[in-house]
Amino acid sequence: MPEMLIREALREAIREEMLANERVILMGEDVGPYGGAYGVSKGLLEEFGPDRIIDTPISELGFVGAGIGAAMAGLRPIVEIMTINFSFLALDQIINSASKIHYMFGGQVSVPVVIRMASGARLSVGAQHSHSIEGWFAHVPGLKVAVPSNPADSKGLLKTAMRDENPVIFIENTASYGMKGEVPEGEYYVPFGKARIARQGKDVTIIGYSGSVIEATKAGELLAQEDIDAEVIDLRTLRPLDKEAILESVKKTGRCVVVEHAWRFGGFGAEIAAIIQEEAFDYLDAPVGRVAGVEVPMPYSMPLEVAALPTGEQVVEAVRALF
Amino acid sequence: MVVSERSLASISKEELGKLLYQMILIRRFEEKAAEMYARGKIRGFLHLYIGQEAVGVGVISRLRADDYIYSHYREHGQAIARGLDPKAIMAELFGKATGVSRGLGGSMHIFDISKRFMGGYAIVAGHMPLACGTALAQKHLGTDAVTVSILGDGAVNEGAFHEALNLAAVWKLPVLFLCENNFYGMGTAMSRVSASTDIYKRAEAYGIRSEQVDGMDVIEVAKKTEQALQLIRRGEGPYFLEAITYRFRGHSMADPELYRDKSEVDHWRQNDPIKTFSDALIQGGMFNQGEIEVVWKKVEEEVEEAARFADESPFPDVSTLTNHMYAPSPLDNLQTEGPLDA
Repeated sequence: MPEMLIREALREAIREEMLANERVILMGEDVGPYGGAYGVSKGLLEEFGPDRIIDTPISELGFVGAGIGAAMAGLRPIVEIMTINFSFLALDQIINSASKIHYMFGGQVSVPVVIRMASGARLSVGAQHSHSIEGWFAHVPGLKVAVPSNPADSKGLLKTAMRDENPVIFIENTASYGMKGEVPEGEYYVPFGKARIARQGKDVTIIGYSGSVIEATKAGELLAQEDIDAEVIDLRTLRPLDKEAILESVKKTGRCVVVEHAWRFGGFGAEIAAIIQEEAFDYLDAPVGRVAGVEVPMPYSMPLEVAALPTGEQVVEAVRALF
Repeated sequence: MVVSERSLASISKEELGKLLYQMILIRRFEEKAAEMYARGKIRGFLHLYIGQEAVGVGVISRLRADDYIYSHYREHGQAIARGLDPKAIMAELFGKATGVSRGLGGSMHIFDISKRFMGGYAIVAGHMPLACGTALAQKHLGTDAVTVSILGDGAVNEGAFHEALNLAAVWKLPVLFLCENNFYGMGTAMSRVSASTDIYKRAEAYGIRSEQVDGMDVIEVAKKTEQALQLIRRGEGPYFLEAITYRFRGHSMADPELYRDKSEVDHWRQNDPIKTFSDALIQGGMFNQGEIEVVWKKVEEEVEEAARFADESPFPDVSTLTNHMYAPSPLDNLQTEGPLDA
């Protein structure tokens, strides 16, 4: 199996789906000659031409809305919002239009649009470029939210997203585009709502998504040295959520820690904790733990940014506190 | 503001009659809706199109069946002009299962895919980018269908207005922007909150051809629309029409109308688009008084039938509450990662 970077895996998914269906277009800021802010669309303009690889103005509300309207009329657009931070400017279109149009009009039209964006911190880009708001989108019924953590899932989940008839918010981790890993060649689809067991274990369940799978996985390795056998779950999609995988694991281990880069208060981790206490309360040997981002706008200074984000060691401590 | 007799001569009696019928149907439909609102049959917001009939009827009369329409939330009249079934529109206002949007939308979300009436939208200017996207799809698919984006004067200070105009212009999209300028964004006069009140000039700033039209004159509106559509279909990019019009009733049913003088409303009522059009048809010898009275009578029956249909229709069953949340997708049942089964 060939190894590739996440940005290459994403490009391969887009390329394959564009070859398979002429109605797939890619639109967004600097997706053309520039090749995408994170290099995902490099070379696609040369291969598919300016009618299918469409540079937009810096106009998120406008071009996200246009992607939705194009989807309503038969195209299958991928809309790249350079980063999740700019998606705030397009929230009206994502929430008031994309998520509601199928239901609000009685199922008469579907909105097969994939809205991609880069999320997260760790690149010293300051308070306005470091958001992790995956959970906000997951809060909205009508959207699907995919949050891959590695190259293979990046390809497989994106290909699945592009075959979906509903709006998919596809969130890539900013700091992970250069992550290398094995990626199956050719047709490869990863189902929505099926979590990946990144590490099997029996003593505690550690749950991560997107960038936080890195800390969850690291904690699993560190805990193994202390003879704590952790099961690490990568959610892959937040909506639909693989409740079954979470509950099955927690029922086995009796303990759980959720790791996320997002702010703790009202975060997606709280939703997971609530589901576990509602549906697996009798299996728990300890309260569900959470390791999350510190509640500050992301500081620029490197030691402060590091301190504002979860670490594998913090996850280990949170696990120890459950025993 | 008198309908030009010279223009009338070039239009068949049948077509003139259709325009008149639709305008009167909208008028009476809206009056009936107001009555049903007062009786508690319709809930929520209800924005009436009374006074603006000539705009929607004039523009939509020139469209082809394969053209698309996106509109704002004062859209019942336009839906009627597009040929949506008044019974199903009224049923939607009643929240009934037989409504155009199955009762899930309501007054502000009238939609019919078979008529390419792509919805009323309740976020001011929020639908304008959607219209651009649908027009982009037409370009991509190689059709010459036009997408009409209907907005009010209240939309022109929204970012979405400017972003949509820019996208349409820079991508030369086949969009007809139709601004219904009735002078008020809810209860605030445009002139009190806008640095520039010549709306069509804003489109000019984006290099979009634009002009004003007397929105109280159905023939004038139809004529200008025809010219605009020809240019758009020729691939010359978007066009912007600003129709000067007036709503005779409040913004919504909750509006006590404290922000405008009764004399102003009376002045505009003198130019009632249905009255001036009827007068012109009689003066031009195309219709006599009796024929026009027959139209009102026929409309009356249709509106009564719509109200009866809506009233007698069932509400959606509560068990259907979460139907239509997601469109079924081919990979919904995919169980594990890998290639798709043949």
